[in-house]
Amino acid sequence: MKRYAIPFGIFAILLVFLGIGLRLKPQEVPSPFIGKPAPAFTLTRLEQADKTFSPQELRGKVWLLNVWASWCTSCRAEHPALVAFAKQVTVPIVGLNYMDAREDGSRWLDKLGNPYALSVFDSDGKVGTDYGVYGVPETFVIDRRGNIRLKLTGPVTPEIIKNTLLPLIRELDHA
Amino acid sequence: MIPELGNLALVLALCLAVLQATLPLAGSLNGNGRWLALARTAAVGQAVFVTLAFAILVHAFAVNDFSVAYVAANSNTALPLVYRITATWGGHEGSLLLWVQTLALWTVAVVAFSGQLPRATSARVLAVMGLVAIGFLAFTLFTSNPFDRSLPAPPDGRDLNPLLQDVGMIVHPPLLYMGYVGFSVAFAFAIAALIGGELDAAWARWARPWTLVAWTFLTLGIFLGSFWAYYELGWGGWWFWDAVENASFMPWLVGAALIHSLAVTEKRGAFRNWTVLLAILAFSLSLLGTFLVRSGVLTSVHAFASDPRRGLFILVFLAIVIGGSLALFAWRAPAVGLGGRFALFSRESLLLVNNVLLLVAAATVLLGTLYPLFLDAVGGGKISVGPPYFEAVFVPLMVPVLLLAAVGPFVAWKSGSARDVALRLRPAALFAAVSGAAAFLVAHLSPAVAVGLLLGAWTLGATLQLVVRHLRHAPRGTPLVARASRQGAAWWGMVVAHAGVGIFVVGVTLVKGTETADDVSLRVGGSARAGDYTFTFEALEKVRASNYVGARATFAVAHDGAPVATLHPEKRYYTVQQMPTTEAAIDRGFARDLYVALGEATRDGTWTVRIQHKPFMGWIWAGCLVIAAGGLLAAVDRRYRARRVGVSDAVRAAPEIAIQVPTTSRSA
Repeated sequence: MKRYAIPFGIFAILLVFLGIGLRLKPQEVPSPFIGKPAPAFTLTRLEQADKTFSPQELRGKVWLLNVWASWCTSCRAEHPALVAFAKQVTVPIVGLNYMDAREDGSRWLDKLGNPYALSVFDSDGKVGTDYGVYGVPETFVIDRRGNIRLKLTGPVTPEIIKNTLLPLIRELDHA
Repeated sequence: MIPELGNLALVLALCLAVLQATLPLAGSLNGNGRWLALARTAAVGQAVFVTLAFAILVHAFAVNDFSVAYVAANSNTALPLVYRITATWGGHEGSLLLWVQTLALWTVAVVAFSGQLPRATSARVLAVMGLVAIGFLAFTLFTSNPFDRSLPAPPDGRDLNPLLQDVGMIVHPPLLYMGYVGFSVAFAFAIAALIGGELDAAWARWARPWTLVAWTFLTLGIFLGSFWAYYELGWGGWWFWDAVENASFMPWLVGAALIHSLAVTEKRGAFRNWTVLLAILAFSLSLLGTFLVRSGVLTSVHAFASDPRRGLFILVFLAIVIGGSLALFAWRAPAVGLGGRFALFSRESLLLVNNVLLLVAAATVLLGTLYPLFLDAVGGGKISVGPPYFEAVFVPLMVPVLLLAAVGPFVAWKSGSARDVALRLRPAALFAAVSGAAAFLVAHLSPAVAVGLLLGAWTLGATLQLVVRHLRHAPRGTPLVARASRQGAAWWGMVVAHAGVGIFVVGVTLVKGTETADDVSLRVGGSARAGDYTFTFEALEKVRASNYVGARATFAVAHDGAPVATLHPEKRYYTVQQMPTTEAAIDRGFARDLYVALGEATRDGTWTVRIQHKPFMGWIWAGCLVIAAGGLLAAVDRRYRARRVGVSDAVRAAPEIAIQVPTTSRSA
C-alpha cells in the first residue's frame, strides 16, 4: 500500500509549489535573456566620441536599455512616450544607438528631445546582436545585479509604461 | 443575440456533463441499468452543445462581431477570412473552447467505438470523461467566457498576433489538442479499471488503440509546432526547450512509455499497475501543461495573457483530478496485482528498463521546466534553465533508450538468451560501428556526432534486420505479401516507428553537429557564404498586404558557381499590432536546408542577414512523420477491431505470442 502512495506524495509537494508559483509575478516577455546577466560591452558615447560606457558602471542601479536608431520609424513613434517617461522616473535610461550614423543620431536627439541619460554608439550592431535584438526599438530592464529582467519588443507606449514598466521598476528599486 | 446562444449552449453542455459524470458512475456501482444507459445519451448531448457553442464562436469571427470582447481582441477586418477562423483559437478563451471541443470529439468517438465493451466499463469511462468535461466547461464559463460582450462594440478589432497568422496556426493547435485530450481516454480507462478492479489483457486491448491514436496526434502536433517555429520565429532553431514545448514533450515521453507498457499488459498480463500509473501520468502531464500555459507561472512564447483567478481555478482542478486519481491508485492498485513473472533477461525486463528511462527523462524535463519556479518560490531569485541543462541531462538518457529499443524486439518474452541476441545482432552492430568510425575518422566529425550517428545507424540497422528476418522466416515460395502479413499492423507499426526514431536521430545529430550559420551585413549586390554555398543579395522590393507592409528580398544561392536556389525572405511590419515579423526563406533538400532570414535594415540600405546551411534538416521532419505513421499503423491493427473478446485473463491471450515472436531459432 505504502509504495503505491508515493506518486500521490510527490504530486502533493508539486501542488504546493505550483500554488506558490501562482502568487509570484510572472515575467513579461519571453526571451532567452531574461534572468541572465546583461551582456557586457564597452562602446563610445554617441555625443562624446572620446568617452566610453559599459554596463558595469551601473551596477547596483536599476536601469533601462533602449535600442533605437534615427532610421527607425517606430522609434519616432515611441519617442514622445519615452521623453515623458524619463521625466517621471529617476532610473537612468541608456540608449543603444543601433547601426546608425553618429551625426544622424545626434541630430535626431537635438530635434526630438533626449530622454537618455546617455546613448552609446553601436555602429556595426554587434552589441545589438549580443542582446538578441531582432526589431528596433527594443527595451530591456536591468536590475541592480546586472540581470536582464524584462525585454520589450516594439515601441513603448504610455499603457506599457503605466502597467508594466513603472510597477516593475518600483519593485526592483525596493528589492 | 447569437453569442448569447453560444453561452446558453455551454451552460446546457455543462448540465449534461454533470449528468454524464454522476448517474452512470452510480449505476455502474449499484447495477441500475437505466442510469448506465444515460452515459451515452448524455455524452452525445454534451458534445452536440459544445460543438454548437464552438460553431457560434467561429461564426462571430467570420462576421467580425466585435461586440464580442474575445473577437475584438483577436481579430480585425483586415485579417483574411482563413485567419479570422483560426483566430478562434488564437487566444486563451477560444483555445480553451477548442480543448473542450476536442474532448467532445473524443467522447463521441468513445461512444461510437465502445460497443464491444462491457456496459459498466463504457459507462465508467464516459463518466470519467464527463468529470473532465465538467472541469473545463466550468473553467470556460466562470473564468474565461469567450462570449462576453463589450458594448459598445469597438469599430475594429486589435488583430491576431502576427506570429499566429500562418498555416501552422490552422493545424498545429487542433492536432496538439487531439493528442493532449486524447490521453483523457486512456486516463478514463485506467480510472474505470481502478474503480472496477478489473485490469486484464482485454482491458489493455481496449485501451491500446486509443492511446496509440492520441500519441500519434501528439507526435504530429509537436512536429508541426517545431516545423512552424523553424520558419516563423526567424532564428532557424526548431526546438527551444521552452516551457510550453516541454509541456507537450513530457506527455509524449510518458505516452511512449505507456504504449509499450500496454503492449506488455496485453500480451503478458504484466506491468498492470505500472500501466495504470502511466495512463494517469500521461493525462496529468497534459493537464499540467494546460496549467503552465494559462496560469502565467512560467514565461514562454506560447503563454496566454494570464489572470491569477484562472490559475487558481486550474490548480484546484488539477488537485482534484490528479490528486484524486493518484489517491485512487494508492488505494486500489494493491488489489490489481502485478501479473505475469519474467526473467532478468527478457523482453519484459528490457521494456521495463526503457519505460523507466523514458519516465526519468520526462521527470528531468519536468524538473528543468519547473526549476525556475521552485527556486523563485523559495526566494532564490528568478533564473531560466536553458538548452544547456536539457542537452546535458536529457541526451545521455536517450543513449541507453536507443541502444535497448533496437534490441528489445529480438528478445523473447518471459525469458531470452542474451548470447543468442548478441550473436544475431552482429550485422547491425557492425553497421553502427562502421558508421560511427567513418564519421569520426573519414569525415572528421566530432566524437559526439560520431556517437549520434552510431546510435542512429544502430537503430536503423537493427530495425532493418528485424524486417529482413521476418520476411525470410517463412516456408519457401510464400509470396511477399503473405510473408509480411504474418505479423499484424501493430508489429509493423513498431518497426516503422523505430525506423523513424533512427532517421530522427541521424537528422538531429547531423544538424546539431555540422550546421553553419552566419549573421552578415549585406546591401543589394553583396554576397556571403555558409558551408559551401554562396548567398547573393540580388534585389529588394516593397510589399504591401491588407494588414502589413514589408520588404521582400531576393537571394540567389550558388554551389561552386552553379545556381541552386532563389530565396525570398521577408521582413514584415504588422500595422495594427505594430509588430515586426521575420519570414525566413528556406530551400529544402534531401541532404540540406538553405535558410535566409532578414534582420534589420539601416538607412543606407545595409541589412543584417542571417544565412544558414543545415545539413539533413529534412531528416528531422521525416523522422517525426515516420514515427507518427508507425503510431497510426499500430493503431489500425485488425486485432483491435475484433468483436467482443471473451478472454478476460492474460494467460489465455498468450498463445498469440508464440506466433508473434519466432522464438530463438537462429535461421535468420
